[in-house]
Amino acid sequence: MKSTPRKVVVLPCSGIGKTYGALARETTYELVDRVRPGIVVTACLALLVIEDPEADQLIKSHPVITIDGCPKGCARKSVEARGVTPARTYQAINFYKAHKELKPDGIAELNAAGLKLAAVAADELAQVVDELAAGKEES
Amino acid sequence: MTLEILKVGIVSCSGEAIPGGTISRIASRKVLDELRPDATVTICLPLFIAGGQEERDFAATYPTITVDGCEKRCAQKSTEKLSGKPSKSLLIPEILEKQGIEKPTSLRRLKPEEKVAVKVVAEAIARAVDEILEG
Repeated sequence: MKSTPRKVVVLPCSGIGKTYGALARETTYELVDRVRPGIVVTACLALLVIEDPEADQLIKSHPVITIDGCPKGCARKSVEARGVTPARTYQAINFYKAHKELKPDGIAELNAAGLKLAAVAADELAQVVDELAAGKEES
Repeated sequence: MTLEILKVGIVSCSGEAIPGGTISRIASRKVLDELRPDATVTICLPLFIAGGQEERDFAATYPTITVDGCEKRCAQKSTEKLSGKPSKSLLIPEILEKQGIEKPTSLRRLKPEEKVAVKVVAEAIARAVDEILEG
């Protein structure tokens, strides 16, 4: 009998000032809406900052992937501040480094290349999501 | 001697999981980029935890407006707890209700008819900036 896959929580940084924050967010939405709907869920990162009990429960009972838009690592550090070690951590700039033909631009809204890059990055993260959903935590 | 206030800080909740967070983020950017570009600065909210003392001093350095997308008021509470008391705290559902505008339901890409919410919220933020600067 197949076991029901666990949900995987993907948390982008709440970047409002940088393109790679927007890329982190868009990649997360791609995972939630298109690549692994029903498996990947997200939450407002700010809820961790105010120590919201429901958000706390979510990250403490599911594997967490963080995607940060800058080296300050807000998403990763916000999870760690709640006593949880993310199962995987990513920096959105590395998605671009792996696909230099897709140069993201824009903050409020990404350009077409940025949207394409988010879709490509989400496709590439699918395998990691599947592993975590199946209970394989080791990186 | 009076100190001249040069910039107003905007802290958006930017909630990734709620439409109000999207409105908060896009409206705040509109103020920063178009409506009051010379009078405003911003900070990513989680930097209050992830950043250093400089980030935590944000609300002490700038008179600050928090912009929240839902009743949990993450931006207001985080700023109060980790940085300083905001000068003004705006709640998007309240702004939209006052203007008789329906709350958007889109999370990623706003429908054309939902963009009026961004305009109204951005104008409310800009008014709050002006009120602070005018003392």
